[in-house]
Amino acid sequence: MAKRIDVSDLDIYYGNFLAVQGVNVSIEPRSITALIGPSGCGKSTFLRSLNRMHEVIPGARVEGKVVIDGQDLYGADVDPVDVRRQIGMVFQRPNPFPTMSIYDNVVAGVRLNGGKLRKSELDDLVEKSLRGANLWTEVKDRLNRPGSGLSGGQQQRLCIARAIAVEPEVLLMDEPCSALDPISTLAIEDLMTELKERFTIVIVTHNMQQAARVSTSTGFFNLSGVGQPGHLVEFNPTEKIFSNPEEKATEDYISGRFG
Amino acid sequence: MSTETPLAPAPAAASSAGPVRTQRRLPKAAPAGLFAAGVLVGALLSTLTGFSIALTVIYGAVLGTLAVYLVSRSVEGRRKATDRLVTTVVTTAFLIAMVPLVSLVWTVLENGLPRLDSTFFNSSMLGVVGEGGGAYHAILGTVIITGLTTVISVPVGLLTAIYLVEYGTGRLKKAITFFVDVMTGIPSIVAGLFAYALFALFFGGGVRLGIMGAVALAVLMIPVVVRSAEEVLKLVPNELREAAYALGVPKWRTVLKIVIPTSIAGLGTGITLAVARVIGETAPLLVTVGILTGTNLNPFDGRMATLPVFAFYQLTQPGVPPEFGIQRAWTAALVLIILVMALNVVARLISRFFAPKTGR
Repeated sequence: MAKRIDVSDLDIYYGNFLAVQGVNVSIEPRSITALIGPSGCGKSTFLRSLNRMHEVIPGARVEGKVVIDGQDLYGADVDPVDVRRQIGMVFQRPNPFPTMSIYDNVVAGVRLNGGKLRKSELDDLVEKSLRGANLWTEVKDRLNRPGSGLSGGQQQRLCIARAIAVEPEVLLMDEPCSALDPISTLAIEDLMTELKERFTIVIVTHNMQQAARVSTSTGFFNLSGVGQPGHLVEFNPTEKIFSNPEEKATEDYISGRFG
Repeated sequence: MSTETPLAPAPAAASSAGPVRTQRRLPKAAPAGLFAAGVLVGALLSTLTGFSIALTVIYGAVLGTLAVYLVSRSVEGRRKATDRLVTTVVTTAFLIAMVPLVSLVWTVLENGLPRLDSTFFNSSMLGVVGEGGGAYHAILGTVIITGLTTVISVPVGLLTAIYLVEYGTGRLKKAITFFVDVMTGIPSIVAGLFAYALFALFFGGGVRLGIMGAVALAVLMIPVVVRSAEEVLKLVPNELREAAYALGVPKWRTVLKIVIPTSIAGLGTGITLAVARVIGETAPLLVTVGILTGTNLNPFDGRMATLPVFAFYQLTQPGVPPEFGIQRAWTAALVLIILVMALNVVARLISRFFAPKTGR
């Protein structure tokens, strides 16, 4: 069920401000793609444009093409709501719904999309998703407690469970570990490696070790200067990026010489 | 301390025990005592010119504050004295602000309690001249009209607030916000005249209906509901909306299932306080609903009685002898205060029970 994503000549705007310019990239199915780069270079903006979350911000718009298995996501007849059902997202800060229990949080996507499932089917879905997010053993005895009562790392895994419960084709992760300790980070990285079997994953990260550990391909974004749009400098297999990058800028960034 | 330390006379403001300067402190009860002494002196001063409470308060506040400041300054030093001065001024201001409130509640209780009996609650003024009678008709009238007002105002106000927070952009949003602000400041009699003029168009002049009163009160209540609901909806973190969108939930369902449940406690509180705000309105009801001595529970047919208007008429036209009517007016005021207080308690309960639980 994982899909291939082809992005061509993508320009992303906030109002009249061009934030990201001319991205051409092709993301393989069943892989983890990491996006790295200095703050403000447009990684997250690019990521959000992949499931049309970008346009939620007033004035934000996109020019260019994002094609998933032959279909242009920005076509005139495409409903952004349907796009987001296919392409799930996990945010930087864990954001479980505070009014819902752990159980309800996991099935929120299915329920809110109007899906009518029987109780037993919902139970199975909750167990499957929580197992998938590596959280089942920790919460199986307190599924009816509020999701906001979990620790930060558990909340983030709850959000991942919520995202994979709707069975998306692609999972976008926007710095999912930046607020977490190394142990929770490791749990989520292990999880990503497992999820790779089923989903196409794109992850934004500031942690270059993380990119090197989990990803198969890596894209490096950079700015040419303050107020200039960000652009994709290099996109290559992770091993190549971290051992023998094509661009000087990539090498400088990875070795810590700037940014 | 070792015995080798020379026995130097320690200065009053600092001792040498450690890096942190220590100083003499006034005992805990001292400021309050000093202030009380100042007030006492103030009372004596005012007796010189014939005792009056107002003068005692003014003299006492000034002298008490001065006493605390000067004593603290001589004992504790300048910085601490300034601290005490500000604390005293703030506390005094608070106490002065409490005076009218306590006095009001006391007066209403004193005058209203004698008639707070079962007759007051289960008889109307039909055929009553002089003693007895009650506000059965007025209490029910207030409940019915306020209920109708709520039924009109809550959907309109809530949907307006949702529009402003979730959907509105540009000029229209600014215009609505502006007019809601203007409406918050409308004098209540204007709302009454508006409703009167509106209904007079259809039913001719001199018409009095319960529903007219509800419309007039709704004009006053809608902006309050919009304002409070808007503030509460703005507090819902944007991350929750984005989380729902990212799951492929349409916007309307996100509002209905995520935004409103998250803010339900605040919405309930805001609505209850808005009801409390309009339940005591007198002027608009005076021109739209009028008053009736008997019971009329149909808001679509003629005059009705309401508590504020009942109190107004019992006070201005108490009948002969006047004391019974005036007493009923006080009791009506007391019942009204009790109703508002009950609504405030309900608002607190709503915000306690519906608030999102963290439950670790």
